[in-house]
Amino acid sequence: MTSISSASRSTVIKDGLNAGWPICLGYLPIGMAFGVLAQKAGLSAIQIGLMSILVFAGSAQFIAVAMLAAGASAPAIITTTFVVNLRHVLMSSALAVYLRAAHRGVLALFAYGVTDESFAVNLPRFHAHTWNLPRAMVVNHAANLVWFFSTVTGGIGGRFIPEGALGIDYALIAMFICLLVFQLRKRIHLLTALIAGLSAVGLALVIPGNSYIVIASIIAATTGVIIQRSRPGSNPKNG
Amino acid sequence: MADYLLLLVGMGLVTYLPRWLPLHYLSRQSLPEWFVQWLELIPAAILSALLLPALIIGGDTGRLDLLRPELWVALPTFAFAWWTRSLGGTVVVGMLLFWLAEKVDPQWLAWVG
Repeated sequence: MTSISSASRSTVIKDGLNAGWPICLGYLPIGMAFGVLAQKAGLSAIQIGLMSILVFAGSAQFIAVAMLAAGASAPAIITTTFVVNLRHVLMSSALAVYLRAAHRGVLALFAYGVTDESFAVNLPRFHAHTWNLPRAMVVNHAANLVWFFSTVTGGIGGRFIPEGALGIDYALIAMFICLLVFQLRKRIHLLTALIAGLSAVGLALVIPGNSYIVIASIIAATTGVIIQRSRPGSNPKNG
Repeated sequence: MADYLLLLVGMGLVTYLPRWLPLHYLSRQSLPEWFVQWLELIPAAILSALLLPALIIGGDTGRLDLLRPELWVALPTFAFAWWTRSLGGTVVVGMLLFWLAEKVDPQWLAWVG
């Protein structure tokens, strides 16, 4: 850990960018697509940029713009945003385990950049003890910068990247596939992932919105813990 | 614009608080062992819950669709990630395969299936 914490500023930035570039790549087409949609919904580039800075939540922004275009009220949009982003509670809770010594002001800044993508990139590195808060901050804020610029660019000039070019639309899915593989360390993780995936699909087909993510994750992790703790002779510390 | 700013502040708050409160409070508490175990399983659960529906539920239809290129490309991409454990490599290979799959007329998959 000492070599990690005593590294120079440029090493920290380099490590963070090395870890975070797939997020940035994946945000480009999505951010531009968002910008184009937001512009069509009547938002100016400044309004788009402000939303990307103040909210910074991909799916919630898409939904908010669709609701704005449909003439929804502000309380309705804010409530929907809250529900859509509630899943971050689970991610921040899982990250908190590795951030016990962290300064609370720095944590407050770090929290701003907790997204599905940065969580998935940072958490396995924290778990492997190859990571620290400054590097994780670089990942979060590089992703935020790319998100900001690609949404504004989309809002100003439409898509600069032609539709489907080089399979760039698959960048984030491929990243999630690999990060899921990293999580499958033991049979219990595989089992938990299977339960989560299948119940997410089942729930997504019957309930509207994206609450299936939180519900399926809670069902799967709870089942996983029950299985682990009921297995005789198991060592939960290594679970 | 004032209304819009108010909306953004509201959206920003309800997005930020769920991200910040657990980090703020849980990083100082000593957590019960079962809860740490539970949190340890959360990443695998969340990633899978985000991923699988995106692969097999049609974005436009909201129905189960096993013919989507997203799903078929995921299989070799998963295998590549499993054997190489390379994040960058997986992203590039996944993009390449997806790009190729998009060039193929999806109709032929119906014949295979």
